[in-house]
Amino acid sequence: MAAGGAGMARELTRLTAAEIAAAVAAGDVSAVEVAQAHLDRIVAVDPDVRAFLHVAGIGALAAAEDVDRKRAAGEPLGPLAGVPLALKDVMTTTDMPTTCGSKILDGWRPPYDATVTRRLRDAGVVILGKTNMDEFAMGSSTENSAYGPSHNPWDLTRIPGGSSGGSSAAVAAYEAPLAIGTDTGGSIRQPAAVCGIVGMKPTYGGSSRYGLVAFASSLDTPGPLARTVLDAALLHEVMSGHDPRDSTSVDAPVPPVVAAARHADVSGLRVGVVTEFSGGGYQSGVRARFTEAVELLESLGAKVVEVSCPHFSYALPAYYLIAPSECSSNLARFDAMRFGLRAGDDGTRSADEVMSLTREAGFGAEVKRRIMLGTYALSSGYYDAYYGKAQQVRTLITRDFDAAFEQVDVLVSPTTPTTAFPIGERADDPMAMYLADLFTIPSDLAGNAAISVPCGLAPEDGLPVGLQIMAPALADDRSYRVAAAVEAALQERWGGPLLAQAGELGEQAGGGR
Amino acid sequence: MTDLAQLVPYDEALSRYEPVIGLETHVELGTATKMFCGCPTTFGLEPNSAVCPVCLGLPGSLPVANRAAIEFTIRIGLALNCSIASWCRFARKNYFYPDMPKDFQISQYDEPLCTDGWLDVDVDGRAFRVGIERVHLEEDTGKSLHMGGATGRIHGADYSLVDYNRAGIPLVEVVTKPVAGTGVLAPEAARAYVTELRDLLRCLGVSDVRMEEGSLRCDVNTSLAPHGAADWGTRTETKNVNSLRSVERAVRFEIARQAAVLDAGQKVVQETRHFHEDSGSTTAGRSKEEAQDYRYFPEPDLVPVAPARDWVEQIRASLPELPAARRARLQADWGLSGAEMTHLSNAGAVDLVSATVEAGASPAEARKWWLGELARRANESGTELSQLAITPAHVARVSAMVRAGTLNDQLARQVLEGVLAGEGDPDTVVEARSLAIVSDEGALAEAVDAAIAANPDVAAKVRDGKTAAAGALVGAVMKATRGRADAERARELILERLS
Repeated sequence: MAAGGAGMARELTRLTAAEIAAAVAAGDVSAVEVAQAHLDRIVAVDPDVRAFLHVAGIGALAAAEDVDRKRAAGEPLGPLAGVPLALKDVMTTTDMPTTCGSKILDGWRPPYDATVTRRLRDAGVVILGKTNMDEFAMGSSTENSAYGPSHNPWDLTRIPGGSSGGSSAAVAAYEAPLAIGTDTGGSIRQPAAVCGIVGMKPTYGGSSRYGLVAFASSLDTPGPLARTVLDAALLHEVMSGHDPRDSTSVDAPVPPVVAAARHADVSGLRVGVVTEFSGGGYQSGVRARFTEAVELLESLGAKVVEVSCPHFSYALPAYYLIAPSECSSNLARFDAMRFGLRAGDDGTRSADEVMSLTREAGFGAEVKRRIMLGTYALSSGYYDAYYGKAQQVRTLITRDFDAAFEQVDVLVSPTTPTTAFPIGERADDPMAMYLADLFTIPSDLAGNAAISVPCGLAPEDGLPVGLQIMAPALADDRSYRVAAAVEAALQERWGGPLLAQAGELGEQAGGGR
Repeated sequence: MTDLAQLVPYDEALSRYEPVIGLETHVELGTATKMFCGCPTTFGLEPNSAVCPVCLGLPGSLPVANRAAIEFTIRIGLALNCSIASWCRFARKNYFYPDMPKDFQISQYDEPLCTDGWLDVDVDGRAFRVGIERVHLEEDTGKSLHMGGATGRIHGADYSLVDYNRAGIPLVEVVTKPVAGTGVLAPEAARAYVTELRDLLRCLGVSDVRMEEGSLRCDVNTSLAPHGAADWGTRTETKNVNSLRSVERAVRFEIARQAAVLDAGQKVVQETRHFHEDSGSTTAGRSKEEAQDYRYFPEPDLVPVAPARDWVEQIRASLPELPAARRARLQADWGLSGAEMTHLSNAGAVDLVSATVEAGASPAEARKWWLGELARRANESGTELSQLAITPAHVARVSAMVRAGTLNDQLARQVLEGVLAGEGDPDTVVEARSLAIVSDEGALAEAVDAAIAANPDVAAKVRDGKTAAAGALVGAVMKATRGRADAERARELILERLS
C-alpha cells in the first residue's frame, strides 16, 4: 500500500471490523497496515480524547505481523483476525499493565492473561492498548479514574459514559473499530449510548470473568463495543463461551448472535415497553427519540405492548446494596502485601498500618464510599435488612422479567435517561450519577442480555441517544436481531451511520482532515 | 496470665463443678491439588513455590471448587453419621490478615455440607456418644513466620514472612455439639474423641492427619458450671492445641483455671485462649467483645454445591470398614477384653499392633512391645507411638528373634533402642552391637566355669544343696557375657557342675 498515504490510513480507521477482517483475509490490506493506521490515529486524537491508559504499539504490530505471517502461510484465520481492538484496563494482560483506573494498581503487570484476553489473542485480534475507566468500574463517566477522565468524541467537554468510557470513546473516535467493556450496572450500554455506538451486555456467565478484576462478582459481565451491530456480534462470538476457570460461566453454546445480526427482521416480534420506565426524569430529546424508535419497530412489523415490571423501581437501591457489598469483599485483597501500591512501609509500621495507609492513598473517593457502604450492609445485625433484602428484591426483579418475557420477546427502553452530561456536572453528586444507570441495572440484577444501539440525536443538544433492547437470558441473539433491524432502518433514514453526524476531531499530528 | 498457684486442684474442681467440652477440629484434606486451583498440596516444598494467581488471590482470578475435596468431605460426613446437604453454598468470611491472600476465606457458614451426626468414643471402658454439629469445607490460609523477637509471635517480631504454599489447601472443620456428662473424664474424653476422629480420618484415606505438621489441628472449648446448675457455664476456646496429649492437658488446665475463677466469685470471660506446650497452661487471647465481624455472605464466584443422591450413595457404599467396627473385629480375633482393647486404642496402637501381627508377630507379642517398651520410649520423648522411628515389621522381626531364642527380652530392648536410634533394622543392630544370645555351648561352659571359680563361696552353698544360690552365679555369667547368655541354659550347666 505504498501509494495509500495518510488518506488511505484514514480510510482504514473508518472501516468496520467486518470490513477489515475481510480485507485482511483477502490480502487487500495487511494487518500491520491496519494496526499502524489505528496507532497513528491514537497518536493524533488521543491527547484530546484520552481513551487509552496504555498503548501497546510494539505488541500490536507484532500481533498484526503474526496474522500476516499466518495468512501468507495459508493458515486459517479467525473471523476477526487482524482487527484492532481496545481493551478495558480491567482485563489482565501479561504484556501490558492492568490498573483498573486505580492508583492502587499503578504499574501492576499481571502474570496471567484474562480468558477474554487469551481468546482475543488466539483469534488474531490485535490489541492496541488498555482503555481508561472509572476506578474499579465504579462510575458512569470515567471521572472516577485516578488517571483523569476520558472525553466524549461528540463533544470533548462531555463525559464518554462509564465505567467503560475509555472503550466507548476509543471506538467513537475511530481509534479502534472494536473494544471490550464490562457491564456491572450499565457500564457497557450507557457509554455506548452516550457515544453513539453499539454496546452489548451478554447474558451473565456467557462471557468469562476469569482475569476480569472483580467489582461485583454476581453482576460483572464482559461484552463488546463496536460501531455496528454486526461488529459487536462478531466480537461477542469470539470472546464468549464456556470457561472452566469461571465457575459461573454458562456451559452452553454461544447464542447465534452473528446470524441474528445478519437477520434484521422484527416482523411478528412482540416488543414490550416497560410501564415503570415511562415516568419522569427523562431528558425530552431522549424521550422523543425513544418514542420514535418504538414507532419504527411497529412500522417494521413488530407488535408493541406495554408491560408492567412492578419491582424495577427498586432495582437501583437493591443494586447499591449488592454491588457495594460484593465490592467491599472483592477489593479487600488490595492490602499492599503481594502486588500494587505499598504506602508507609518505612520499617516502623505494622502490616495493619501499612494496609490502612495503602488503601487510604490508593483508593479514590467513590471506591471508598462503596467499600464503606458494602461493609456496613454486610455487618452482623444489618445483613438481613440490607444485603438479604436486596437479594430478595433481585429475585422479584428476575421474576418480573420472567413474567414479561412470557408476554413479549424483547423489552425496550432508553438506555440512559439523559445524553452525555458535561464533565464535572455530577462529580459531587453521587446520587445524580447513579441515576444514569436507572434503566440498565435491572438486566444486570437479573443477568439477562441487553444491548444499546444508537437511535438518533437529542434535538436540544445534538448528542446521541441509545435504545436498549433487553432479551431473556441466553437469548442474546434476540437483542442483536432487533438492534440490527433498528440500525438498518435508521441508517437508511439518516443516509449512513449516526456517528457520521459527529464533528471531526482535530488531529494533532499527521493532519488527516 | 493466670497465676499457676491459684489453680484449683483438678479433683477438687470436679467435686464442685461439671465440665462441658466441645471440639472444633481442622483437617487438611489429602487431595492432590488445592481447594480452588490446580496447585499441589505437597507438604514441605520451597516456600511460595506451589502457588498460582488463584491461591495468591491475584486480581481477576477466580476459584473453581475441587470435586475430590467435596467427595472427601462427604465421606467424612457419612462416616460421622451426618446428613449430607442436597444443596449448599460456600460463603466468604471477611477479615484482613497478610496470610489470607484475598483477605477473605472461602468457607461455609449457615449451609454446611454435612450436619447432625455422631461419633462413639470409649473412655476407660465407658462409652460416650459425641454429637457432631457440622462438617464443613473451606480453604486453608498461608503461613506467617515472624522473624526476630523472642516469642515467634507477631508482637515483637522484626519482620514477618508469608509462605502461601498452604493457602488454598482444602480444610475440613468438624464441630462437635457440646459434650456433657463426662464428669471427671472430660480431658480423657476430649483426647479419646480426637484420637477416634484421627483414626477415622486416616482410615477414610482423606488426610494424613499429622498433628505435628498441622494437617490436624484442634480448638478445644471448655466450660464449667456448679453441679446441678440449670445452665452451662461460659466457655473459653483454646486455639491450636496440636497434639493428643495437649488436648487432654488443655481441658485439664482450663477446668482447674475456671474453677479458680468461679471459686473467687468471678465470671469466666468468653474468649479465645492460647495453649502453651511447655507449661501446659493457657493464656487469654481475643475476647468476645473484640471478636471480628466476619461479614459472611454467599460466595458469588462459586455455584452452589448440589451433590446428587446417587453420588452420595455411591460414596457411602465405598466407605471402608471403620475403626470402631475394625476394633470390634480385632478384639475378637485377638481375644482381648474391652478394657484391653480400649487401652490399645487410647495408646494409638491399634494400627501398629495390627500391622505387627500382619508382619508375623502374635497379638500378645505385638501388644507387649508397643504398649511396653515402645510406649515408655514414646512417653519419654513426648511423641506419639506412630512417630517413633520403628516400623511394625521391625517389631515383628524382634518378636521372631525372641521366639527363636536368638534374643531374650533384655537383649530385645537393646535392639529396639538401636533401631530407634537409627542404627538400622533389627538384624543390623544385633550384628553391630553383637547382641545375639551366646548359643555356643563351649563359650557358655567357659563362662560358667569362670563364674564358679571366681565365686567359691557361692559354689559351695550350691553344692550343699542351696540351689537358690545358683542365681548369683547365673548373674555372674550374664554379666560376663554382657547379657547375651541363655540364662536357663547357664543355670542348667551350673547345677550340673555343682551337683
